[in-house]
Amino acid sequence: MHALLGICGFIAIAFVILITVFLAVSGVPAIKEIGMTDFLFGMKWASTAAEPSYGIFPFILTSVFGTSGAIILGVPLGILCAVFMTKIADKRIGAIVSGAVSLMAGIPSVVYGLVGMIVIVPAVRSVFGLPDGANLFSAILVLAVMILPSVISMSETALRAVPKEYEEGSLALGATGTETIFKVSLPAARSGILAAVVLGVGRAVGEAMAVMMVSGNVPNMPGIFRSVRFLTTAVASEMSYSSGLQRQALFSVALVLFVFIMLINIILNIVIKKEKGS
Amino acid sequence: MNDTVSFLRKIKGAFLRGLVWLSAIFICLMLAGMIFFILKRGLPHISVGFLTRKPSLLNNTVGILPNLLNTLYIIVITLVIVMPLGVGAAIYLQEYAKNQKAVHLIELATETLSGIPSIIYGLVGMLIFVQFCSLGTSLIAGALTLVIMTLPTVIRTTQESLKTVPDSYREGSLGLGSGKWHMIRTVVLPSATDGIVTGCILAVGRIVGESAALLFTAGMANEMLSFKDAVSPGGAGSTLTVSMYMYAKERGDFNTAFAIAAILLILTLVINSAAKFTAALLQKGNKK
Repeated sequence: MHALLGICGFIAIAFVILITVFLAVSGVPAIKEIGMTDFLFGMKWASTAAEPSYGIFPFILTSVFGTSGAIILGVPLGILCAVFMTKIADKRIGAIVSGAVSLMAGIPSVVYGLVGMIVIVPAVRSVFGLPDGANLFSAILVLAVMILPSVISMSETALRAVPKEYEEGSLALGATGTETIFKVSLPAARSGILAAVVLGVGRAVGEAMAVMMVSGNVPNMPGIFRSVRFLTTAVASEMSYSSGLQRQALFSVALVLFVFIMLINIILNIVIKKEKGS
Repeated sequence: MNDTVSFLRKIKGAFLRGLVWLSAIFICLMLAGMIFFILKRGLPHISVGFLTRKPSLLNNTVGILPNLLNTLYIIVITLVIVMPLGVGAAIYLQEYAKNQKAVHLIELATETLSGIPSIIYGLVGMLIFVQFCSLGTSLIAGALTLVIMTLPTVIRTTQESLKTVPDSYREGSLGLGSGKWHMIRTVVLPSATDGIVTGCILAVGRIVGESAALLFTAGMANEMLSFKDAVSPGGAGSTLTVSMYMYAKERGDFNTAFAIAAILLILTLVINSAAKFTAALLQKGNKK
């Protein structure tokens, strides 16, 4: 029995190795053929053109900009909401908000995508007077909403872990309740909140379906009101009809995405470890 | 006492407090608006026929029975595989493993798995199960992909609940002369049921909501499959989420898309409440 359970235990490690190996084996050939710099920093993606060109720099930049935008909008909102749940609301209202947040976490990403397609895209089009509302800005709005649950629940945990003595000390020294929250509780919880931000980055970088439905899906260099393609959507949108080098290049895009995610994971682990250590 | 707080500080405090309230209210209103909008657009298109037919261009009918069944098949297949694996891994980590380094490595691996985005799982699932294992685009390939994806959730929740089983239970059982595995099977696992059930429910939630990982592994077909087709290679079919994506993005049929979205939303609500209920049981167990 011991051996059998041991196999179960180590299967998670086996899966990680399997994923890494398969992605590397299928992703590396195209990078070799196209050339590392041409692939990573090439400005033009035209996989189906007569003379195909495989530069994924537009995708990388789009993912970076899209994620940053979502973080800028979503993180402050999420942290404030976590403050509300932990420090301001009474128990009943806090429970309602926390129920809402966990419901948000459970809603499938295609549903966010659908609502984005029907509500946000037309709204962006008419508010900014654009010919088409499916662009980076719409994607940022949808992503900002989608990272909220992770950011909120992680910040909530961090805020709850702040020792009561800190806050009591601050109050006793004459600070008001609000000052205590913003000058004592939040700084004390900063490493946990940093972990929440990194987790949000991971979610935003990895989201595919919802982004696919609202971003317009054209391999442009990113601009706030341009139709764009993310790393994730680049993989998803061409996979079903790709072949040959184009298909291999898509695997390489996935490999690049995987490397990004791994880096984010490592950062997250360091941040969490630091928090546990302090 | 309030007189000692200057006017400026009061204004600043009130402003920040207002901001906090505003953000919480904004998030709740946004969610409520979204739910209301989806139900309003979706519910009118749900009928008995919609739930019990397959789509047919000849008869000009829409129906999601195949997608409902596919979702159910995938849930069953995934759970049958992932529950023993995940619970086994958790038991190993919690009860057997003595090498701290190995435990750390396994935990690192599960964390890594839970951070990988679903589109990567979809791609890797396609490479491993569809092509390498030559299962073809099929429900079974999709389910196997989801096994890898849901494994971290099951391991973590089971481990949490195993941690809450008091050591005295274990010592009592061992003291009465039972073997280690017998002790785990008859004493530890029954006391950890609520955590295992919570993990199961969370896994179901992820499976129901998953789309990117299934697009290239389980396929986009809307044909009716029997359970036997579902477990055999080549039995392709789309789940609710994937079909919703196809209706919205590829066919522009938003009525059907919203109807499916409404169903998904209701399922999410049910799954969430169920998870909350069992988690509450778990909490109660902790206090005992």
